[in-house]
Amino acid sequence: MERVIDPLTKKPPVWRKQSEIIAFVIMVIALVVAPFMVYPLFLMQAMCFALFACAFNLLIGYVGLLSFGHALYFGWASYLSAYAAKVWGFPPEFAILTGTVTAAFCGIVAGSLAIRRQGIYFAMITLALAQMMYFFALQAKFTGGEDGIQGVPRGHLFGLIDLRNEMTMYFVVLAIFLAGFVFIYRIIHSPFGEVLKAIRENEVRTISLGYKTERYKLLAFVLSATLAGCAGATKAIVLQIASLTDVNWPMSGEVVLMALVGGLGTIFGPVAGSFVIVAMQNFLGEHVGEWVTVIQGGIFVACVLLFRRGIIGELAALLRIRL
Amino acid sequence: MFEIFGIPSQALFGQLLIGLINGSFYALLSLGLAVIFGMLNIINFSHGAQYMMGAFAAYLILQYSGLGYWAALIVAPILVGITGIIVERFFLQWLYKLDHLYGLLLTFGLALIIEGVARNYFGSAGLPYTVPESLQGGRNLGFMFLPNYRAWVIVASLTICIGTWFVIERTRLGAYLRAATENPTLVRAFGINVPRMITLTYGFGVALAAFAGVMAAPIYNVSPQMGSELIIVVFAVVVIGGMGSILGAIVTGFGLGVVEGLTKVFFPEASNTVIFVIMAIVLLVRPAGLFGRRA
Repeated sequence: MERVIDPLTKKPPVWRKQSEIIAFVIMVIALVVAPFMVYPLFLMQAMCFALFACAFNLLIGYVGLLSFGHALYFGWASYLSAYAAKVWGFPPEFAILTGTVTAAFCGIVAGSLAIRRQGIYFAMITLALAQMMYFFALQAKFTGGEDGIQGVPRGHLFGLIDLRNEMTMYFVVLAIFLAGFVFIYRIIHSPFGEVLKAIRENEVRTISLGYKTERYKLLAFVLSATLAGCAGATKAIVLQIASLTDVNWPMSGEVVLMALVGGLGTIFGPVAGSFVIVAMQNFLGEHVGEWVTVIQGGIFVACVLLFRRGIIGELAALLRIRL
Repeated sequence: MFEIFGIPSQALFGQLLIGLINGSFYALLSLGLAVIFGMLNIINFSHGAQYMMGAFAAYLILQYSGLGYWAALIVAPILVGITGIIVERFFLQWLYKLDHLYGLLLTFGLALIIEGVARNYFGSAGLPYTVPESLQGGRNLGFMFLPNYRAWVIVASLTICIGTWFVIERTRLGAYLRAATENPTLVRAFGINVPRMITLTYGFGVALAAFAGVMAAPIYNVSPQMGSELIIVVFAVVVIGGMGSILGAIVTGFGLGVVEGLTKVFFPEASNTVIFVIMAIVLLVRPAGLFGRRA
């Protein structure tokens, strides 16, 4: 959503101009205070998904590419991270790095295939490639099949900091999440990000301006996959498990839902969306059980028909600010 | 009994037959997707769920009204097709002016709803549906045993596919459809009710999926998740074939089914993934798809 300035007010007030920074400060304060009031484990899970959704949103919101297979990077990074920590005995920072690099590699391969087609085909190709890798995960020995990789040790960060303490783990996850978030913010506001937005608005014209759009799209895809992988790898360390759920197609759908609920193409939307969805799954899941899927489907339909701007998008439009 | 490449002929032709059966479903479903995409510019993600609805409709018709397979083959697609028409009128028609992606997201949501409801009422385990009496048994062809029901599935789906191709490519109604796909405004100016045509096209595409579902009921168990895994494979089939051509969708569907069957004989580990691998290769060699036109 672009900034809308009322032509009558000559100079927008400072809080409106600096809305993104103010919102960022509020978010950081909230996340620092939150673990003293809410279960840290829930918050950590939500932050992992928030980073995942932000990474996904980088593609759909700023390049206009709908990837329906982001579970591939999330899930495979989580497998590799869990395996590295458990079997190879890697410390957590290298385990997460292993997972992230795996996702980057998968992103290069899948991305260079998928960007060969546009629009609706792009979505179908990413979904099909993710499904292929799901079958690999199902058949491969090291993933543990239906059981997944369980009992992943959290270990000591840099060999010093014991992550078995819930609060310590929390602030490490918070640091990873904020680093990823700021990185994405920088990408979006860099000259590279401006070209991405140009591709979203009109790819043909961007090509005619002399940009090699395929390269831009591929780099955006790889960045998105890498950050999604970082989220998945962190999640494996936090929850101490990597399983087929993370790599299967409903997970790809879930991340779409998170970004959609929060607001596609807004910076804070995916964060809000993933907190809403993870909270819904945790708290609603106890009461309605299997109906969660139906409710999620209903939210999809409602979002597409009634509020396509999402929570943050609507809020931004209401306050006439950029979020 | 003889051997080909060290594989007993029974096994080889048996898998080939299974491949043809799977191919029948790929063809029917990708045909429906192509027809819907042509008119609505929407990729119908709920196609798999509607296929599953067809199978469940057949099951429920048998349970509650005692009507057998042959009646279900007519009634179930009509009922599911009507739900499709309702979906188009209530939901999809508001999306035509938006980005195509919203259609995909909405139908994905619908698929989640349909599958979730089915799982809540029927559980995840499959429900059995017996082969109709008139098609039980089979015949020995010398090199293999051919169950009658499977032969019927292949013949029926081929007939439906070719019939659909004929209607769209060779009749006046099909000409209207193709014209409306190219330029709906102009066709409306000639006094043809294009919105109604769009609605009926969606209903027809959904009915095709349900028809495939009824035919699948006796072969695979009737279960809530029968559609979701299939639809992803069908997406890959559609990417390989390209949605521009009806005949292309049919040929690709059957062809890939056979390839998958053969993979099961020679390299069983890869049978789940072979279609996706083929998709990757096609994207490298012919990005527009085998029968697609470069957009």
